[in-house]
Amino acid sequence: MLGNVDLTLVDWSRAQFALTAIYHWFFVPLTLGLSFLIAIMETIYVRTGNEEWKKITKFWMKLFGINFAIGIATGIILEFEFGTNWSNYSWLVGDIFGAPLAIEGILAFFIESTFIAIMFFGWNKVSKKYHLASTWLVAFGSNLSALWILVANSWMQSPVGMHFNPETARSEMLNIWDVILSPVAENKFLHTITSAYVLASLFVICVSSWYIYKKRDLLFAKRSIVISAVFGLIAALFVAITGDGSAYAVAQKQPMKLAAMEGLYQGQKGADLILFGVLRSDAQQDKTDNFLFKIGAPKMLSILGYRSGDAYVPGIKDLVDGNKQENIMSTAEKMDRGKIALAALRSYKEFRKMNDKAKADSSLVVFNQYSQYMGYGYFDKPSDVVPNVPLTFYSFRIMIILGVFFILLLMVILFYAVRNKLESKRILLFFSILSFPLAFIASQAGWIVTEVGRQPWVIQDLMPTSVATTHISSTSVMTTFFLFAVLFTVLLIAEIKIMINQIKSGPKGGDNV
Amino acid sequence: MFETYSYLFLQQYWWVIASLLGALLVFLMFVQGGQTLFNTVAKTEEEKTMLVNSMGRKWEFTFTTLVTFGGAMFAAFPKFYSTSFGGAYWVWLAILICFVIQAVSYEFRRKPANFLGPKTYETFLYINGSLGVFLIGAAVSTFFTGSAFKLNLFNQVEWQNATRGLEAVLNVQNVALGLTVFALARVLGALYFINNINDENIYVQSKKQVLYNSIVFLIFFLTFAGLLLVKDGFAYDPATNKVSMESYKYLHNLLQMPVVLVIFLIGVVSVLAGIFVTLFKKSKKGIWYSGIGTVLTVFALLLIAGLNNTSFYPSTSDLQSSLTIANSSSSHYTLAAMSYVSLLVPFVLLYIYFAWKAIDRVKIEKQEFKDNEHIY
Repeated sequence: MLGNVDLTLVDWSRAQFALTAIYHWFFVPLTLGLSFLIAIMETIYVRTGNEEWKKITKFWMKLFGINFAIGIATGIILEFEFGTNWSNYSWLVGDIFGAPLAIEGILAFFIESTFIAIMFFGWNKVSKKYHLASTWLVAFGSNLSALWILVANSWMQSPVGMHFNPETARSEMLNIWDVILSPVAENKFLHTITSAYVLASLFVICVSSWYIYKKRDLLFAKRSIVISAVFGLIAALFVAITGDGSAYAVAQKQPMKLAAMEGLYQGQKGADLILFGVLRSDAQQDKTDNFLFKIGAPKMLSILGYRSGDAYVPGIKDLVDGNKQENIMSTAEKMDRGKIALAALRSYKEFRKMNDKAKADSSLVVFNQYSQYMGYGYFDKPSDVVPNVPLTFYSFRIMIILGVFFILLLMVILFYAVRNKLESKRILLFFSILSFPLAFIASQAGWIVTEVGRQPWVIQDLMPTSVATTHISSTSVMTTFFLFAVLFTVLLIAEIKIMINQIKSGPKGGDNV
Repeated sequence: MFETYSYLFLQQYWWVIASLLGALLVFLMFVQGGQTLFNTVAKTEEEKTMLVNSMGRKWEFTFTTLVTFGGAMFAAFPKFYSTSFGGAYWVWLAILICFVIQAVSYEFRRKPANFLGPKTYETFLYINGSLGVFLIGAAVSTFFTGSAFKLNLFNQVEWQNATRGLEAVLNVQNVALGLTVFALARVLGALYFINNINDENIYVQSKKQVLYNSIVFLIFFLTFAGLLLVKDGFAYDPATNKVSMESYKYLHNLLQMPVVLVIFLIGVVSVLAGIFVTLFKKSKKGIWYSGIGTVLTVFALLLIAGLNNTSFYPSTSDLQSSLTIANSSSSHYTLAAMSYVSLLVPFVLLYIYFAWKAIDRVKIEKQEFKDNEHIY
């Protein structure tokens, strides 16, 4: 269907998209969570009339503004990169994938951009309640935009509500509700936004803890910590619950990703969940012992993935070589069927062009028979379907371990905050300050699990990443990669310097909002 | 409701919506135009602060409209998205970079320890307002002049020029539209300053800029419009979907769609009326006339680019690869589903209107920045 694949181009295109997405995700979770924290703080101000709360609100709003701008800058590139760098993808699934992006613009972005102006500039121009409503609408709008882009991403992980139309050579939507309400989308949205709330809470806690550590702005810092610790703890518990839902969805829809997340090379009944482990450098599917060391929770993987302690969890070997006993088809067989589907599709298109209806129809019959395996037809060898196991495995562990750490930390912080004893807990303050960069690591690790773990697919079982790129020279993409790398890095440095300066100035100094 | 409408109706409906978004985008580029006038209009730092803050409270609307335009084109005409963005790679990335550097500049410009210094961020805003706007104009002009690409059997684009879209600036008509949009954005920017800021010097200087840029605008607009109305256009036969060249196609489109002709004429007259009342009647409301006129004029131009059996993204390398609203759209189902979402657009416009009104109710004055407010 697509001719020869230029792997250098694919690698650079992936690198550019990953670069943009990673930078974008430095700023977005802070926006998603801070917007709600600010809205809660302003609500307290409006209800109590206490000017101290207004000062607290304005300080965090100032940091929100700095962060929001750069999030927009990286976000626009992401949206258009689907077209510029992944044009084959855009055509194949634009009929489905474009809709959430358009809805995001119409419904969410305009709410954000309209009410953010009132939020920043309307303090003395509109009533208190009007202003408060605007702040809540900014929070609502930013989170609504997350919904749509995550619906789009979830659809790539679990393509539902569509069929492939050989006439147009693309996938077309059959039911938009299936796309929006897919269990994968629901879990991903809730898991992602709640993790963003945790990150933003830890940001507020980090900065506030630093003030307490330095014995300055104490009332401001303590109030900020109480609000964010409560908000963050509730969110963290939701992260754990939705994480379970996400893992269940992965087991059902992306068994290879689950196997990579767990370093499960050979399938098992009653499989353990690896709590901590070190993979051998030469780990492979034909070996029975691929760990140098591991601690597992018995049968937990079967329970989490299939809700049964005795359930069989397929390993990488089962998914590549097949397992007749468990009714799993081998990748080689899927590839054969996929190649037949691709050849039939090409014949169909060519016969249609020649107006040979009879031959076109017979090609179509063959295509329809094998079309569900079409994506596999692009691979050269069965092992192509295995993602980077160590990267996925360790990223998953980092995310989980840090997630548990955050829950414990938030509980302890809240405990001492309500007893007004934070000032004397210097080690706790140190960990609170450290928690914010750790939250970024956890958040990015989560996305690595999601995106690296689903490779080699850009759309699960339908389109490999390698055939989704634009037909363009790899030099062009390499050039833009470095352009963006420099640009985003410079802007990130500027943001960090501005943020640090504003934080050092504190709520009493610096620019006012 | 929408699912009962014909496929063609939905395709036309979405072209109309995309055209309206494009038209609103060009109007909202008064922000970009204003950005190129900061140093020309302002004589003091205080005045510059007023100008920057006047635009700084509106830039997100332009940005959001651009993103929504992209999203709407992706959803409604995905073949355009994949063909144009993937094909004309360099021109679109150049435009995007111009907008990336804008997004941070207002927020970062005056902040202490901003790493690059205020001048750099002001330069970013100038680049966004000049190069960014010019390139958008030139890129949109290719809707009429065409681009060198071919689509294969599976609708995947093969761009025929190594400069990947930048070659658009070698075409006189494209350059004319690029400069038209650039000058128009400056006219609108100056008109907005006059309306939004209470300051005598800014008023006088902005008025001068309205005059100078209107002359430039008229020269290039007439050049573009003249070339457009006499040129051959890219027509397609709805029965066979074959694309062919038709003499005076865009003139024919205007004449065969009299409503669009009326919109176009009202638009042009309204743009000129806004300029006229500002220059000769001392009115401060010229932005309303010229703004509405801009929306109507661009709306009409985009309608004649895509309606009346016209290819809106023609290929000069392979006529049959040209994109039309019929061969590049999403499926009937998707267009119908998206059409329900489009019903919310009036609601969106309504809350934008009220929010805008709340902010602009009090005009910008020097005093405002002496209070402790969020300042760009």
